[in-house]
Amino acid sequence: MISPRYAREIPQRYRLEASKCKGCGKINFPPRLTCPACSSREFETVKLSDEGKILTYTIIRVSSDTFSRETPYAVAIIEVNDGARLMAMIADTNLNNVAIGKKVKLVFRKIQDEGVSGLHCYGYKAVVV
Amino acid sequence: MKEVAVIGFGMTKFGELWNKSIKDIFVEASLGAIDNAGVDHIDSIYVGAMSSGIFVGQEHLGAVMSDYLGMNPVPSTRVESACASGGISFRQAYLDVASGNSEIVLAAGVEKMNDGADVTAALATAADQEYEVYNGVTFPGLYAMIANAHMHEYKTTRKQLAAVAVKNHSNGANNPNAQFRNIITVDQVLNSTLVADPLRLLDCSPVTDGGAAVILCSMDIAKKFTDTPVKVVVSTQASDTISLYERETFTTLKAVSKAAEKAYKQANLKPENVDLAELHDCFTISEIVVSEDLGFFEKGCGGPAVEEGKTSIEGGEIPINTSGGLKSKGHPVGATGIAQIIELYEQLTGQAGKRQVKNAHIGLAQNMGGSGASCTINILEAV
Repeated sequence: MISPRYAREIPQRYRLEASKCKGCGKINFPPRLTCPACSSREFETVKLSDEGKILTYTIIRVSSDTFSRETPYAVAIIEVNDGARLMAMIADTNLNNVAIGKKVKLVFRKIQDEGVSGLHCYGYKAVVV
Repeated sequence: MKEVAVIGFGMTKFGELWNKSIKDIFVEASLGAIDNAGVDHIDSIYVGAMSSGIFVGQEHLGAVMSDYLGMNPVPSTRVESACASGGISFRQAYLDVASGNSEIVLAAGVEKMNDGADVTAALATAADQEYEVYNGVTFPGLYAMIANAHMHEYKTTRKQLAAVAVKNHSNGANNPNAQFRNIITVDQVLNSTLVADPLRLLDCSPVTDGGAAVILCSMDIAKKFTDTPVKVVVSTQASDTISLYERETFTTLKAVSKAAEKAYKQANLKPENVDLAELHDCFTISEIVVSEDLGFFEKGCGGPAVEEGKTSIEGGEIPINTSGGLKSKGHPVGATGIAQIIELYEQLTGQAGKRQVKNAHIGLAQNMGGSGASCTINILEAV
């Protein structure tokens, strides 16, 4: 992953910016140029709620090389309170406490180190509350 | 559209082929198919491959393979749709013949996964890089999320997942080209190491080198080459969101059900008319979900069905993955979709030996990419 590519995603990863369709109201995360629900091309930028619940999850025991020092860790699909969905790693939570339906809060965390220079890359993780 | 037939096949053994390069594997499978069909020329070539650029640093596979087959200047096209690359390569070959553009076409697939790449990272390129993989998910992880959702919603059990692997190893034991020909037990699956909860090592298809190839031609010339051509009844394809998290439900794969709906309608068939099926069991849960989405079982009944033997060769309602499936036969991702077609061809022409399904007349192959963002369904019929 290279830096310009990382920089482009900062509004979503740091601030949870999404696009709300002016045609049908669907919130797209990440933003899109055309709405998959109604084909409208007009959106307003909104910030996602940082609270939600776990729809499904797993505990990764075998990862790619990038996350090999993190295992075991949980990853979950979260539905935030405004209805949008995203995938996030679970932080600061006993793995036994990760389950479908649990309420979570999204927090700002380091996600991974980029390339041989080890540039820190940040984003959102979810903490079970 | 012309009627299209499959008239021959070839494949390498699936496994860790340390002494063979991606070119060797592709050419061996393709020459096998050309010899088996007895054709004297090929009008065009389709090469299914997912990630040769990451696995072995080689792209431009269409040109590489026509060259090493000694077939220049025949047009040769690489087809990529993650783990559905092989099946969609077959579909492109089918369309090429059906349209009348080509008379005899080679549809092949290949993957060389054991040459030192970070396989988990390579396979994860089939998911959304920025919003799934960036946050640490793996492919077993995505299917594990589907499994947890299915177990939560339909009370599918861990033992039912294990039953898929046990059945497929039992079938694969009789497939000379399978990577793992050992019989396994439910207890062995349940005690194998965890990969992504609830999926364990023996729930996962292996990392495999392998190639598979078939020859297609128009039905009106098929009898020149073989007494037993197999008709391609229908070939469909559908797409879904690249990210699992964007789906309304995680327990139905919409690309599968949409491609199936279209296939049954076009072919004027019902699920109960299908005599056997090769499904994309990249993980045990996927065979259960897909068996439901294809209409073989009601939603939520796929787990009990496999446990009760309804998908086994002997006495099954609908034998599934008689080849051993991806689980036992192996999953060289680009070759898998073609290998499924080969199993149907062998079954429908009575060449499947100990795996033979009695009175097999209609077979269905379902091949999908990623967490189900692409899917192709091909239905074949003995003539």
